[in-house]
Amino acid sequence: MPAPIRLRELIRTIRTARTQAEEREMIQKECAAIRSSFREEDNTYRCRNVAKLLYMHMLGYPAHFGQLECLKLIASQKFTDKRIGYLGAMLLLDERQDVHLLMTNCIKNDLNHSTQYVQGLALCTLGCMGSSEMCRDLAGEVEKLLKTSNSYLRKKAALCAVHVIRKVPELMEMFLPATKNLLSEKNHGVLHTSVVLLTEMCERSPDMLAHFRKNEKLVPQLVRILKNLIMSGYSPEHDVSGISDPFLQVRILRLLRILGKSDDDSSEAMNDILAQVATNTETSKNVGNAILYETVLTIMDIKSESGLRVLAINILGRFLLNNDKNIRYVALTSLLKTVQTDHNAVQRHRSTIVDCLKDLDVSIKRRAMELSFALVNGNNIRGMMKELLYFLDSCDPEFKADCASGVFLAAEKYAPSKRWHIDTIMRVLTTAGSYVRDDSVPNLIQLITNSVEMHAYTVQRLYKALLDDISQQPLVQVASWCIGEYGDLLVSGQCEEEEPIQVTEDEVLDVLEGLLVSNLSTPVTRGYALTAIMKLSTRFSSVNRIKKVVSIYGSSIDVELQQRAVEYNALFKKYDHMRPALLERMPIMEKTATNGPTEIVQTNGETEPSVVESKHPPPVTQPTNQANDLLDLLGGNDVVPVIQTTMPTKPASAGGELLDLLGDLSLSGGPPPAPAPSVPTSQPSFLLDGLSSQPLFNDIAAAGIPPMTAYNKNGLKIDFTFERANPNPNIAVITIHASNSTEADMTDFVFQAAVPKTFQLQLLSPSSNVVPALNQGTVTQVIRVLNPQKQQLRMRIKLTYTLKGSAVQDLAEVNNFPPQSWQ
Amino acid sequence: MQFMLLFSRQGKLRLQKWYVPLSDKERKKISRDLVQTILARKPKMCSFLEWRDLKIVYKRYASLYFCCAVEDQDNELITLEIIHRYVELLDKYFGSVCELDIIFNFEKAYFILDEFLLGGEAQETSKKNVLKAIEQADLLQENTFSSGMRC
Repeated sequence: MPAPIRLRELIRTIRTARTQAEEREMIQKECAAIRSSFREEDNTYRCRNVAKLLYMHMLGYPAHFGQLECLKLIASQKFTDKRIGYLGAMLLLDERQDVHLLMTNCIKNDLNHSTQYVQGLALCTLGCMGSSEMCRDLAGEVEKLLKTSNSYLRKKAALCAVHVIRKVPELMEMFLPATKNLLSEKNHGVLHTSVVLLTEMCERSPDMLAHFRKNEKLVPQLVRILKNLIMSGYSPEHDVSGISDPFLQVRILRLLRILGKSDDDSSEAMNDILAQVATNTETSKNVGNAILYETVLTIMDIKSESGLRVLAINILGRFLLNNDKNIRYVALTSLLKTVQTDHNAVQRHRSTIVDCLKDLDVSIKRRAMELSFALVNGNNIRGMMKELLYFLDSCDPEFKADCASGVFLAAEKYAPSKRWHIDTIMRVLTTAGSYVRDDSVPNLIQLITNSVEMHAYTVQRLYKALLDDISQQPLVQVASWCIGEYGDLLVSGQCEEEEPIQVTEDEVLDVLEGLLVSNLSTPVTRGYALTAIMKLSTRFSSVNRIKKVVSIYGSSIDVELQQRAVEYNALFKKYDHMRPALLERMPIMEKTATNGPTEIVQTNGETEPSVVESKHPPPVTQPTNQANDLLDLLGGNDVVPVIQTTMPTKPASAGGELLDLLGDLSLSGGPPPAPAPSVPTSQPSFLLDGLSSQPLFNDIAAAGIPPMTAYNKNGLKIDFTFERANPNPNIAVITIHASNSTEADMTDFVFQAAVPKTFQLQLLSPSSNVVPALNQGTVTQVIRVLNPQKQQLRMRIKLTYTLKGSAVQDLAEVNNFPPQSWQ
Repeated sequence: MQFMLLFSRQGKLRLQKWYVPLSDKERKKISRDLVQTILARKPKMCSFLEWRDLKIVYKRYASLYFCCAVEDQDNELITLEIIHRYVELLDKYFGSVCELDIIFNFEKAYFILDEFLLGGEAQETSKKNVLKAIEQADLLQENTFSSGMRC
């Protein structure tokens, strides 16, 4: 059998292959030869064969059949074999394979070998890929080598120990004694690896950290070593561009950072040396800047005095002006970390940071953008916004969404005037309208609603924007909503802020209808457009045209659109008396927490997203009858019925819950009109029963408002507990607890409530419809009452349930609310 | 450091050193994706990027890209120096190193790397000492009793 071809020969041959297929053929041929050679247990050429296999593996070909051969090589006595064997193990084996455990014994032997280069191979392999089991088995050997006087082995043992600690943290303790005099070594290799080991230990264990700070007095030692490095003359062995062993300097600075963090004494002890390094390090080359960078990170992280901190930030400021983009990148990253704590110092470099927005590198641009937003405040808002809007215009799409959100946030916080705010929003919508985040639409609408004096201006500008471009959906949605809401201002030709445009009702309707038919409009946008058109029926005179449009869409293929159209149609026909009130101008909206959990209101089996601050349109479907019933029963103009089932289903629109209920159906915030005059306006009669106002529960409800019993009759008891809604203190959250002391369950239990006109009430879904007998459980339900005028809370409740087969119905008035619940 | 890759401008891997446990399949995927990402970058861009959840530091020397994945706390600028030191070592060893040297002597490139870094950290900061160790080890290899048997 001829000798297998040599490695270099094989490499040369494979490189002559002109196609992938040719290469594959050569490889397969050689692999076959190697395989048969392995089968023959050929010791002489095993090394050569494995080496070739490793080459082919690097090209991407499978080499697993060589794994065991690597182990055989490691076990061999020849240094050549061991070298290739260990290399093969590191390349082909990983700790998930069982095979690698077989190495443990070999490594153990080699760790005790007479030749330091063999020991080195073993340490290297263990430190690179040793599994937890191997580390456990061999930690003792490593620890032994950590104490040797042979610096070649000592430095390797230190890094091997780092790996062992990472794999098996519990073993950290055993290396502690060996660390005692590591730092008194002269050898830089040992020093460097020792610092790495100490860093690993301090990072992992607060106890170790404390130990090294106090007992070992690590900080002074490190300071001394660092000082020597800086002060000592030129050392050719460790010099890099005039700096002595920058690698060691950087590691020491990093360890100092960990030791100084949250520790006054340590921080004090390293103050001088940090200042020295910061001021004396040569900055012309990357090496110097690497050290300065690490120094800055350390200064910012420990409890340094303010002078030092300013020095650090100034270094970063200088970095920003450096030609080397890597340096600029690093500076921006660091500034981003410190902008919260050292805001003023960073502000001084604002103009440089803003210039970085124009950098060509994507990472630098992103950081500059984030930093810019962090630096915006009331003083610089105008200037900064100009730059940021310019950036928004020209930046890559990947930035636009974040930038737009940032602009909105900043504008909301620091807008110098409402007009400026609206203009800024317009600018974002028109330049990056399609990248704006979904939740911006309701936020913007709310903002616009609240800027009452700007309505005419806003709707005019939005209208003009629509004429230009209807492709950007968020813009179109906001615009449609505004036109629907303020269309009357638009056609009236009044605008204070700018030259009013002359536009007719028909032109406006043309635009909105255009949105409905355009291919560019998403279904959500179409919904907005249709609702806007509907709203205009009370603001414009061309009602017939609107009626026609609405009826056309009654047969739209889009289910959502169809449903809306049908309901709006009904508004024209059967409920025309309600239309004006329903479509009234929106009141100023409260800012709601849009991140709150979505609550579900039970609506005859359908579920709806509900809203913290609720509006109550009478529904246009069957539940209206219930509403009228309650109204009839309770009577009186001063009562607003609250209906549990309120809205028809809507799919999730682009806006948040707030807009779902408020915007789409464009419902009035005011109470619905008084019921038909046929209802007697006399005082309703209730059966007031002995309502006790004793608190029922010993545990006081949140906000210290005592609970109360609202109703207690025929075995059914209803208690109210209170808490304040967060964030709106005008909203009281009442939880009713219904309990049943009779022998039988009360089924089909329904609780309804009504409040006077000045209040608004929202009923969430009950925990169940069955109140178990004999007080075995309670049904709970949450009521939210908005009481902006802080009037005395009164409530009328209606209870229906089935007990032992017969239906029971009762009405009651609740007057004994504790004063804290409505003050 | 989590890993170091050396690859040509055509995307061919010349050296791969992994300091974290990953299967062959995972390594291949990472290499392939990362190589593509870096090759797509323009020359004017900076040497650092965030990729997946790693910090990547890379530098091109002639026809070879040297690419390291480092941890969050690692200093990117000093990593550039580490890369540079490795190139210097190769240069000294091979005498004006070029890509072909690394292709034909890949196992030596690994040996040198393993004398410079261990477990992803620098074990020796003196160029002289690293080269001396390699020299001695090579001599040891020469003097093994099955003399003259070369790979």
